Amino acid sequence: MADDTRVPTTEPVDEYEREPVPERAWLGFTSFVGQYAGEHTAGTELMIGPLFIASGVSAVDVVGGLFVGNLLAVLSWIFLTAPIAVRARMTLYFQLEKICGRRLVTAYNLANGIMFCFLAGAMVTVNATAAGVWFHFPMPGLNDLYPNSLGWVVAVLVMGALITIVAAYGYKVVARIANIAAPWMVLVFIAYGIVGARQLGIDSIGEFWPKAQELIWTGGAPLAGRAKFTFWHVMFFAWFCNMAMHIGMADLSVFRYARKSWYAVGTAAGMYLGHFIAWLAASILYAQQLHAMPGNTDVLPGPLAYNSTGVAGLICVIVAGWTTANPTIYRAGLAFQAIAPSSSRYRVTLFTGALATVAGMFPAIAMKLLDFVALYGLVLMPMGAVIFVDFWLATRFGFSDRYAERTGVGINWAAGLAWALTLAGCLAIVKMGGLEIYFVGLPGWFAAAILYIILSRWVQRKEVRT
Amino acid sequence: MKTAARMVSLAALVATIVPPVLFFFGHIDLDATKQWMLVATVAWFAATPVWMDR
Repeated sequence: MADDTRVPTTEPVDEYEREPVPERAWLGFTSFVGQYAGEHTAGTELMIGPLFIASGVSAVDVVGGLFVGNLLAVLSWIFLTAPIAVRARMTLYFQLEKICGRRLVTAYNLANGIMFCFLAGAMVTVNATAAGVWFHFPMPGLNDLYPNSLGWVVAVLVMGALITIVAAYGYKVVARIANIAAPWMVLVFIAYGIVGARQLGIDSIGEFWPKAQELIWTGGAPLAGRAKFTFWHVMFFAWFCNMAMHIGMADLSVFRYARKSWYAVGTAAGMYLGHFIAWLAASILYAQQLHAMPGNTDVLPGPLAYNSTGVAGLICVIVAGWTTANPTIYRAGLAFQAIAPSSSRYRVTLFTGALATVAGMFPAIAMKLLDFVALYGLVLMPMGAVIFVDFWLATRFGFSDRYAERTGVGINWAAGLAWALTLAGCLAIVKMGGLEIYFVGLPGWFAAAILYIILSRWVQRKEVRT
Repeated sequence: MKTAARMVSLAALVATIVPPVLFFFGHIDLDATKQWMLVATVAWFAATPVWMDR
């Protein structure tokens, strides 16, 4: 009970969770520009950029793939997510509950919470690499799966504990620091690229593109244990790294506040600052490291940033990791708390942070971040297809929308089976068919949509007969 | 007070990005770049909370 009185003063206010957002609470365009620019310039961008280089991508493929992929992501928010959000004005969870039933939403929350924990773990990993610059303990290499030194474990433990305690007690303080830091962080990310380019010997703008092809994104063989990346890998990765948010519909909860659906154009700020400029800048830092020390393939954001921009760069790594791990741990806590509503949010956040910290000790998640991010989107994506079909196409295909709300069932088996079968099918194709995980999201979304239509007609017809 | 803080923030942003650009074109060395960026960082975090989100 004591927690119940303390928590509301230290946490963000979740409003209109079980009702449409009223007109007085709608927000303007610039709110969304700021939010997406800040959220997508995160510590993990410093992992993703180098991993492109490790995958032997060429300059044309990385720049072209990122440009097109990010454009497709922005269009997905504009044409798929936002139109539903501004019409229904409900959170993802409330809308899913109406379609799928309470028990199925609980399963979705569990999956969501676990994925958020691992993602937060990768952010803690990034922060711990900054500590390594000062304390000089051995840090994990590119292909390490397990913690490789006591110093690393202690660093992750300390970073994770700090982030967790702040997420539990002082969410608003960190959210404010995130807002304050955002413009400065974007410039420091750009500075990484500029300094890294000069360290590679590029000293004029005209020289950049030819030398980028020769020294940075050379298109050669990938490093050991990495898949070779082409234009298509980069494009699909850039499009689907936020698959859970756009075609997975998680950002219904964000755009329900938008006055107009076109405000989703604001996502371009996050995509092109974070997922274009920041990834390319981080790539340049890693290329510089490989150029200066060819044997050093470690992807460690702390040392990479420190070598280019000194203490300011290191502070940026810590702030970028911390300010994005904080809401991620908080969101994971919310997802878990939905499963056990009577538990205190403070304790759930501590538990969630502990899980993320343990996950962060294992460098496998951060070093395989491209695969993990693709998996994270894939797990949550089918429910986005279910929402899309239920909202726009249900009556056209002859079945009732919001089936769980109309009938009071705890599980809408049409949605549950569409989710499980799509996920199982996609993972089977990846494991047995040899298709890489980046490519199954698009056909998977259509498969989930078609399955939901067929299964809904079958389930609802059976219901009428009985 | 807020106007002065805004001016300092703006100057800090300029001082964050200009040294790397000067380093790129060979006008200053890397150590000076790092020092200016650190000064700019301190200035940004000292001045910006005074006016932002209040």
